[in-house]
Amino acid sequence: MKLDHSQPLEYSSEQGRLNILGFWIFIGAEIMLFGTLFASYFTLEGRHGSGPSGAEIFELSPVLIETILLLTSSFTVGLAVHAMRLKNKKAMMTFFIITLVLGAGFLSMEIYEFNHYIHEGAGITVSAFTSALLTTIGTHGLHVTLGLFWGLFILIQVAKRGFTPETANKSFIFSLYWHFLDVVWIFIFSFIYLKGMM
Amino acid sequence: MEFFERFAIPHPSPIIYASMVAIGITLLAIVAGLTFFKKWGYLWREWLTTVDHKRIGIMYLISALLMLFRGGVDALMMRAQLATPDAQLLDSQHYNEIFTTHGVVMIIFMAMAFIIALMNFVVPLQIGARDVAFPRLNALSFWLYFMGAMLFNLSFVIGGSPSSGWTSYFPLAGNEFSPSVGTNYYMIAIQIAGIGTLITGINFIVTILKMRAPGMKLMKMPMFTWSALITNLIITFAFPVLTVALAMGTMDRLFGTQFFTTGNGGMDMLWANLFWVWGHPEVYILVLPAFGVYSEIISTFARRNLYGYKSMVASMVIISVLSFVVWVHHFFTMGQGAMVNSIFSITTMAIAVPTGIKIFNWLFTLYKGSIRFTVPMMYSLGFLPIFTIGGVTGVMLGMSAADYQYHNTMFLVAHFHLVIIPGVVFAMLAGLTYWWPKMFGFMLNERIGKWAFWFISIGTCVAFFPMFISGLDGQARRMYTYSESTGFGFWNMLSFAGAVMLAIGFIIIVYNIYYSTRYASRDIGSDPWDARSLEWATSTPVPEYNFAEVPQVNSSEAFWDSKYNGHKLFSGKLKEIHMPNNSGVPFIMSSLFFVLGFSFIFSIWIGVAIALLGIVACLVHRSFEQDHGYHIPVEEIEKTESELRGGK
Amino acid sequence: MKIKWMILAAILTVLTVLTGCEPLAVLDPKGPQAQTQADVILLSIGIMSFIVIAVFAILIFMLVKYRASKQPEDYKPPHIEGNVWVEAICVGIPVLIVAYLSFVSVESNYKVEATPEGYDEEPLVVYASSSDWKWHFSYPEENIETMNYLYVPTDRPLEFRLYSYGPISAFWVPQLGGQKYAMSDMVTTLHLAADVPGEYSGRNANFSGEGFAEQTFNVNAVSPDEFDEWVEEVQTTADPITEDKFEELLEPGHLGQQTFTGTHLEFMPAPEGEHGGHNHGGDSEESHDEHSDHSDEEHSDHSEQDHEH
Repeated sequence: MKLDHSQPLEYSSEQGRLNILGFWIFIGAEIMLFGTLFASYFTLEGRHGSGPSGAEIFELSPVLIETILLLTSSFTVGLAVHAMRLKNKKAMMTFFIITLVLGAGFLSMEIYEFNHYIHEGAGITVSAFTSALLTTIGTHGLHVTLGLFWGLFILIQVAKRGFTPETANKSFIFSLYWHFLDVVWIFIFSFIYLKGMM
Repeated sequence: MEFFERFAIPHPSPIIYASMVAIGITLLAIVAGLTFFKKWGYLWREWLTTVDHKRIGIMYLISALLMLFRGGVDALMMRAQLATPDAQLLDSQHYNEIFTTHGVVMIIFMAMAFIIALMNFVVPLQIGARDVAFPRLNALSFWLYFMGAMLFNLSFVIGGSPSSGWTSYFPLAGNEFSPSVGTNYYMIAIQIAGIGTLITGINFIVTILKMRAPGMKLMKMPMFTWSALITNLIITFAFPVLTVALAMGTMDRLFGTQFFTTGNGGMDMLWANLFWVWGHPEVYILVLPAFGVYSEIISTFARRNLYGYKSMVASMVIISVLSFVVWVHHFFTMGQGAMVNSIFSITTMAIAVPTGIKIFNWLFTLYKGSIRFTVPMMYSLGFLPIFTIGGVTGVMLGMSAADYQYHNTMFLVAHFHLVIIPGVVFAMLAGLTYWWPKMFGFMLNERIGKWAFWFISIGTCVAFFPMFISGLDGQARRMYTYSESTGFGFWNMLSFAGAVMLAIGFIIIVYNIYYSTRYASRDIGSDPWDARSLEWATSTPVPEYNFAEVPQVNSSEAFWDSKYNGHKLFSGKLKEIHMPNNSGVPFIMSSLFFVLGFSFIFSIWIGVAIALLGIVACLVHRSFEQDHGYHIPVEEIEKTESELRGGK
Repeated sequence: MKIKWMILAAILTVLTVLTGCEPLAVLDPKGPQAQTQADVILLSIGIMSFIVIAVFAILIFMLVKYRASKQPEDYKPPHIEGNVWVEAICVGIPVLIVAYLSFVSVESNYKVEATPEGYDEEPLVVYASSSDWKWHFSYPEENIETMNYLYVPTDRPLEFRLYSYGPISAFWVPQLGGQKYAMSDMVTTLHLAADVPGEYSGRNANFSGEGFAEQTFNVNAVSPDEFDEWVEEVQTTADPITEDKFEELLEPGHLGQQTFTGTHLEFMPAPEGEHGGHNHGGDSEESHDEHSDHSDEEHSDHSEQDHEH
């Protein structure tokens, strides 16, 4: 296989470069996916039927904790990629583990939050508003869940195989994915929670 | 018992029982045939696990042709039912199922598959690539599409077909008004096929952007490749909208969410909006590659370069942008007021401008040319006038005030068939005939092909022109019958006659394939049409690695230049070639998607769980797998090449 | 070549039929709105025929002049990149045509979306609601209700308020004007008027399930005096509509023409204003003025659009 050593390891193989461009385009598709979910949410936002409104069920503190956890994890995954560029396997793995742990923390907070909504009488079947709310946030949560498993597998591969063009490529793409989820969350936080609480 | 009742057809009839028997016999015959001729291993090694873009293209092609016949039979039944007033051939429920499946099958499972078939086969060859960027994902795309199509067709015999139109408007498609599992089939089968299409979109964008032969700048790409690039961009941005809409529809039906319901704040209009935000770009996903095909064929058979290359590209870019801002014209009558309608009326009519440029460019490509009337060229030349009529009626429909009278009538049906049939079906038949020798190593018979062309093009006109008239006389679409006093009878009988001609045309094509397979000469060289673009620089049949050596490109017609203008495509120095390994995972994973979809449709949660676990296992396997492909050494390439040359 | 002539012949047939022999419903308008629409349709057919003929002429010219059989054996077609002026004309003329049609389209759209002009009287308001597979017509001022048939006065604007007790339907009387959707969670308004007395057929134009084909109704346009007589007759002879009776009528199926005194609006109001789909049971931050249907209509799609772009 031809490798281009002037590039960072994740870009060094032809297939690696294709993968990264492909993933960027995939993120483009994901933006449309979340864009559609947001558009639907804003359309249905005021349609509570007999159920509660956003202002009645949203709680700031769990959402704030989730935000901090996810933002921090986005930062640590950036550090992990930086460590990878410096060929520091141990640091990379440490930051990667921290990222996944923070992600898991985010997810458990979100599960708690969903439970809370269902207790408040805001289950997914209650009204158009709750359906749109829980579907939008749930889709993000599902992405995080998939990301956790994916990240775990990459971590195992880095541990076993070290930095190869493949593992570096996968780790880098994972970091793109994770940053993207962070951006989506910022939108959810600002335009669903903060706007809904006001 | 209740569990099994769901699988029964809610509304059985002799046709359905006959299809059950036919499907059963066909399956048995396939299994028996494969076993008898000991072809299971061949099938698995050469086709089910292949990642070769050419073979995937051919599999798409076969599936598309099968779906064309399924959808065509639906169409014939509809026209037969409407041929006379108060006919009893079909009852309302059957008619509704048939027009629904006709629409879905023709758009999603026929036309989409057909364009992706041609893109798969042609694009990597046209840009001088060995394969697509992600060969294994390409196989996954095909198998997801295939499983989606099979799942959808299963609805006819298990549980009942969807019957709320291919647009599946809520609340009609909701549980209250469509209690059978039919609409679940719609939601889930399209979802599975749609994921496959989205993957194709990403795959081809990367392929075209990154894998072009040296020297092929963007503005030196052949026009079909340009159309494929833009189409895939539209796919990537439009399909996620459909994904979300279908997911919401599925959740409304299976989990009791309230997106499109009539109570608790649900909003039926949201479905219509989301559907058409995807649906209108979808029209251009179908028609742009067709435009690409025509550009290739017209310039080949006029023996001239394509007129106005730059404006061709620019017009496609403009069309792709406009395609996302016109969706409201599908429901001008939803009461959004004069202001909104005016805006969308203007954007809609604006599309006529770039489309007009393309029509004129094709016409001017003929100027000072030397026109050969081959079958692909005849389809292209037949396309121009018929599509123009379909297109200008589109401008008429775009005038919102008048649309209040056209909407939901046969006038609309006439319009979109006169756009899609010449715009897509003619292009696919033209492309099929044009690239057939490259795919299969022999040519389709020209004389039989011309008979088919005349039947299909005259049939199209006879079938659809009368609908303009009956539409203006007040015949709404999707009515399963009408009374004699309406006076629609004559026009519908004429349409039926046209539909029969179309059917005869397609039967002639099948006969042509049979006839040519048996009798056509295999000694046709690698460039039987004297064509212009790179795919014809490969040997016939195309070796698995496509080009022994990556060609050097100087213009959008590098092959033509190499034949007549002294351009040198190949230096003659061979290097070993890296190829991807075959893989059974895409097929297995897609089969699991089939199980997943089927279990969802019938709410069999244990099946859902098992299939999901299987899919995750496939993903995990893929994550840990180390697959570096294999290399073909220079000696082997030389051997293959000399055999191919010797075979000439 | 044959096909070109056949297509031309087909178009000529279409045009002949459109312009004469047998009046098609849409092109045989009996009211101002349908008249506007028929005018737009005929105008656009005229302009479009011009384009079609131009394309056909160029195509036929090219095919006759440049076919290979008419060229010398060794003829080599030239390489022609494209010409700025030719392309400017190919863009310019369509742009002018589209601009003109846009102007016509916008103007006519505002016309059909407003109460028809030139009438002295206030519009007659009729609530038209669809249920599987019937039409219910409520005359709130006259306090009567009919099913599957309408009586309307000529020479007076008609204002139909449309909604549905089921799938999306479309109220369409081709000779009086184009259709509009009737939906379950909001009221849409269709402005019509009849100038000529007569009996016109109307139907649901939007597919709504099994009984869709037969979901039709009759419109009897009569002189204002006759209309008043009819109203009086109904008020004296018909039975009152009750909630139970109406619930019965809503059951899916086909029923003939029926007549009642009173309207179902009293016990089952239309989904407008505070009863709109936006506000089912929720707080009414978005409640609209009872009569401002336009703001109601425009709400849904605006929000969609803004977010998609």
